[in-house]
Amino acid sequence: MVSTTLEASPPPAHYKWLKRALLGFGAVLFVVGSFGVYQRFAHGHLDANYGSIVPWGLWVAAYTFFIGLSAGAFLVSSLVYVFNVRRFERIGRLALFTSLVTLVLALFGISFDLGHMERAWNVLVHPNFYSPMAWIVWLYIVYFVILVVELWFLLRRDLIAGAAQPGRRAGLYRVLALGSRATSEASGARDRLVVRVLATIGVPVAVLFHGGVGTLFGVVAARPHWHSGLFPIMFLVSALVSGGALLIVVALIFQSGRKRNRDTVLTLGKVVLGLLLLDVLFQVSDILIAYRGGIPGEIAGLSVVTSGPYWWVFWIWQIGIGTLIPLLLLTLPATRRNPIAVAAAALLIVVGLFGMRLNIVVPGLAVEEIRGLTTAVASVRVQASYFPSLMEWLVTAWIIGLGLLLFGVGEKLLPVERQPMTERDALAEADTVIELEMRPERDQPEIQDVPV
Amino acid sequence: MSEIDRREMLKVLGKWLGGAIATAVVIQMGGAASVFAADTASGRKHRYGMVIDTRRCVGCRACMVACKQENKTPPGVFYTVVFDQLIEPRIDDKPLFMTKPCFHCEDPPCVGVCPVSATYKRERDGVVVVDYDRCIGCRYCMTACPYAARWFDFGENYPAVSEGTPYAAQPSPEYNQFRVREEGKSPIGNVRKCHFCLHLQDEEGSYDKAQGRWPACAKTCTGHAIHFGDFLDPNDSVSQLLQERVAVRLKEELGTEPNVFYLL
Repeated sequence: MVSTTLEASPPPAHYKWLKRALLGFGAVLFVVGSFGVYQRFAHGHLDANYGSIVPWGLWVAAYTFFIGLSAGAFLVSSLVYVFNVRRFERIGRLALFTSLVTLVLALFGISFDLGHMERAWNVLVHPNFYSPMAWIVWLYIVYFVILVVELWFLLRRDLIAGAAQPGRRAGLYRVLALGSRATSEASGARDRLVVRVLATIGVPVAVLFHGGVGTLFGVVAARPHWHSGLFPIMFLVSALVSGGALLIVVALIFQSGRKRNRDTVLTLGKVVLGLLLLDVLFQVSDILIAYRGGIPGEIAGLSVVTSGPYWWVFWIWQIGIGTLIPLLLLTLPATRRNPIAVAAAALLIVVGLFGMRLNIVVPGLAVEEIRGLTTAVASVRVQASYFPSLMEWLVTAWIIGLGLLLFGVGEKLLPVERQPMTERDALAEADTVIELEMRPERDQPEIQDVPV
Repeated sequence: MSEIDRREMLKVLGKWLGGAIATAVVIQMGGAASVFAADTASGRKHRYGMVIDTRRCVGCRACMVACKQENKTPPGVFYTVVFDQLIEPRIDDKPLFMTKPCFHCEDPPCVGVCPVSATYKRERDGVVVVDYDRCIGCRYCMTACPYAARWFDFGENYPAVSEGTPYAAQPSPEYNQFRVREEGKSPIGNVRKCHFCLHLQDEEGSYDKAQGRWPACAKTCTGHAIHFGDFLDPNDSVSQLLQERVAVRLKEELGTEPNVFYLL
């Protein structure tokens, strides 16, 4: 039986311009940011503002931000492909594609930060099993393979169907189908099994690598601001918050947008609200213990966060924009059932989380490890204050622009938004499910007679 | 997958597994090693370190200059730094100066975090070094060092030795590698640190003070405040000083066991 691709209803006109605007914005960021990338390659790290006191800056924060988005989006997709939560099935592919794009952005971010990115493969050739960073890199490689293969199996039958249809994209689809021709229901069942297995492996991998990012900071006993057992957990929770929030924005704009995904947006909004509150709980707990504990190093780090030169990153960016306004939008009766308001809240959460990442990376470092260190020598590289240079901002803009372009173009070209609608799926679609519902184990009998 | 591929893969997997087990064993042993006795099992011959007498330090910063001359370090890279005004509020009106090289800790936190094992503690003498050709410049070690003893080489140059000047072709003797500074080439883009002027050791791994072949900062110290030596040699001046005077190490609570002591 050949799967019939359900034609997605044409997106409402006002969302088309939003998509185009996003693409255009991405293109502008990409073009303007290219100058920063040129500077980075032409002059190495000369134009960067981090130094030997604050050795990590905007790019490391950006990297932790993007990798959090990726882990979060992937874990949301796993709700569909591992836990059969049908409510989110419509955005399953989008979630997976989002996590792939954001993973690429994270890897770009951290590559720019390396002094010798051409040697990054040393992590495989000369592994140090004691380094959290090494483990994270290995897990990224596994994760990348899982994402690509899972996405391919998810799209396989649609690619074949697309290759058979007339149009400019047929050639692209033929290439992407990698010679695969089977479109039978049995092959579809095999695809679903592969997707399920990969997604199931992916869940612990995502938990490990993102918990690992928290561990990377947490194990550094030299930096009291980072040295907390809560860090791996906080990173995971905030990853889920940011990933879920990004998917709300994506679901509203892409994939026929609000009309089709209204319910998904609202449900995801509730999930994100819960996670955001949990995230706040963890942060309050971490900050309170540190303040009341009164260890000078921890107080110093927190003072940088709350009353240092970049107090506004915490109070305005992270707390105001990223937490309080979204909490209001997600809880007030007037806005919480309005998908646009929910998506606006989600966007603010995503933006706010970037501020939170900055507040983890920089203040942990922007404290003299030994008093008098920064006044002992007069050097721009020996300063406790750090503000990213124009080149760092441009490179970050380039990465964000690249992300918007990759996502925009990918969403346009790839059959991301079309679900392969088998009859059974179409039937399932018909009865609208309100509650989170487990899909019955219906794939099992079909799998047994599939030649692998 | 062909049979050969499979075998290759098993080999690589075996290597990794072996590596994981070996690392775990080494970590165990490292933790258990006694502090001041020669550990013959691990091939330890020396335990180089310093005893810095703050009462003798006048704050002339000649050690910083000598280090820069010896290792030809660029702007922003200081293998040793002299602090003052450390004690506040002051107990008396005498200024207190401290020179701070790398402490070459017995349990260095920087080594464990390096994802590529580019920085390591030498087995024979405990000197913590950086393999410039392996270091990827991630700077994780810089965040992990509690003493700010690590510096990133951004590629800056002093005007006098900027490209085109005859001085620019002068190689640095570091690690006996005699690298000439070149844009984009190591050690630019690497993390750098004090290595107790390793290039001045002889083949046996000993320094020769009579010949002037010992760390430049200690050699040049005008007040003889920096005592350099081998803690495993009970007759060495550093071992004697530790017996006679009360010495402190910075941030003992972190368990890093620095090999640089301060006499107050």
